[in-house]
Amino acid sequence: MIIKQLTVFLENKSGRLSEVTRVLGENNINISALSIADTSEYGLLRLIVSDGEKATDLLKRNGFSVNLTDVICLNVKHTPGTLHDAIKTLSNGGIDIEYMYAYAVGDNAAVIMKVSDAKEAIYILTQNNIDLLRSDEMA
Amino acid sequence: MIWNQHYECMSREDMKKVQDERLRQTVERVYYNVEFYRRKMQALGLEPYDIQGIEDLPKLPFTTKDDLRDNYPFGLFATPMENVMRIHASSGTTGKATIVGYTRHDVDIFSEVVARSLSAAGVGKNDILQNAYGYGLFTGGLGIHYGAEKLGVTVVPISAGNTKKQVQFLMDFGTTAMSLTPSYALYLAETLEEMGVDPKNLKLKVGIFGAEPWTESMRREIEKRLQIKAIDIYGLSEIIGPGVSIECMEQNGLHIAEDHFFPEIIDPATKEPLPPGEEGELVFTTLTKEALPLIRYRTRDLTTLDYQPCNCGRTTVRMKKCTGRSDDMLIIRGVNVFPSQVESVLLELNATSPHYLLIVDRVNNLDTLEVLVEVDEQIFSDEIKGLEHLTRKITQALESTLNIAVKVKLVEPQTIARSEGKATRVIDKRKLKEDHS
Repeated sequence: MIIKQLTVFLENKSGRLSEVTRVLGENNINISALSIADTSEYGLLRLIVSDGEKATDLLKRNGFSVNLTDVICLNVKHTPGTLHDAIKTLSNGGIDIEYMYAYAVGDNAAVIMKVSDAKEAIYILTQNNIDLLRSDEMA
Repeated sequence: MIWNQHYECMSREDMKKVQDERLRQTVERVYYNVEFYRRKMQALGLEPYDIQGIEDLPKLPFTTKDDLRDNYPFGLFATPMENVMRIHASSGTTGKATIVGYTRHDVDIFSEVVARSLSAAGVGKNDILQNAYGYGLFTGGLGIHYGAEKLGVTVVPISAGNTKKQVQFLMDFGTTAMSLTPSYALYLAETLEEMGVDPKNLKLKVGIFGAEPWTESMRREIEKRLQIKAIDIYGLSEIIGPGVSIECMEQNGLHIAEDHFFPEIIDPATKEPLPPGEEGELVFTTLTKEALPLIRYRTRDLTTLDYQPCNCGRTTVRMKKCTGRSDDMLIIRGVNVFPSQVESVLLELNATSPHYLLIVDRVNNLDTLEVLVEVDEQIFSDEIKGLEHLTRKITQALESTLNIAVKVKLVEPQTIARSEGKATRVIDKRKLKEDHS
């Protein structure tokens, strides 16, 4: 249930993001989810891709600082209140959310979260019948 | 091993006799053969006879890099060109290059002091030395090469650059020693890591590093990452090149080949000689050189001298490892800043790669200092707050060491230019602006 997320350090310079997408595209790596956290001088690009280990290796060889982080991905119904239930479940279980990003297509929504304790979060969510995606379901 | 027991282990008293005699000869040589020195001495009312020994040295005028430039190219040579068998030049990053010349005897001295240096670093006949100093006008490449041949070492004249081939040869040849600049050593270490080569599997045991000031923390970093002993060699082309002084295995100061190069320490501001143990600018008088003898040449390097005999058995005076040059010093808002201070702070935080760049600028008549630091995997965080915390930590450490405000900027890895020779650590935009105005 743990999903490997890539984080790439990007300076705020034109062409850096396209360099990442070029390297991944040319090597046949599919991007399932993506978010950028930005500051005035740099950004952190967070990615879920089809082959995390290979993508990390490729990006490092192309001169990027990359790390792999454990995240989880919730699969919730695309209806009002479901996200709230999931977050409340985590907060009741003493889990902090460091950051999250989400996308909804059709009936369901995927919510990617970096939490203070991924294993504990998975246990709590499963106990509360909240569906989680595995990495092979992401790609 | 001590290459030249006679001169390297001489009593202080005997050394002084050698130096007195050689100084008298040098003063005569420059007085009768170099118009520049004759005029300077005449202006001071000095004749060669007035210099009887080392104690008379302070009577003589100084020589500076500008004097070499003003007499470009061969104006300070003390011998007809037919006797000059080699020319070297130092990097002319500011203005004209500095030209130096060697007679056959000078080349022999150069080889002699390099052979002494390599021996002190534990290199001998059975070693394979990969000489990664640049061959060409720079004294490092050929200087080390001839000295290594004199010693009987197997030399691989690979020169600087071509880093993948350097690694290939390290593996295939079983190279045991390397000579290179400290900044290139770090680049080499990175390349080893990228190529997946574990330095533990190499036979490399010692590196001889020089041509740029480097700190103790950088030494530890190199020793750790390359799994070697890192020995400091010092020299400057004006005096001869690398081999003017060398660390022994004690790594406690660099032994000066003082039977050839006489060192003094002066206060760079007042130019007065300083007593042993006090830090100041290193000044050399060559005692045996024929083509380009120099009197009281101001090196701009800051150090101290120690006349105590060393545990290695050598009695020659030792200079402390140079970590700054009086002309490397930046004055930012009236505060003296050395790039080596920044390097020490970064390495001691153990949080960043040792690649950094200082950018000094003047905004609204106020000096600013920006330090670019590469984000490498060890320090990398996937959270903004992690990186902000790191930036704050570096900023605070730099500010408390330098006593001025610093802006730290994190940049992508490999974006600060790597050097295969001397590293560029500072961009002073204030100077560029002055030059253009």
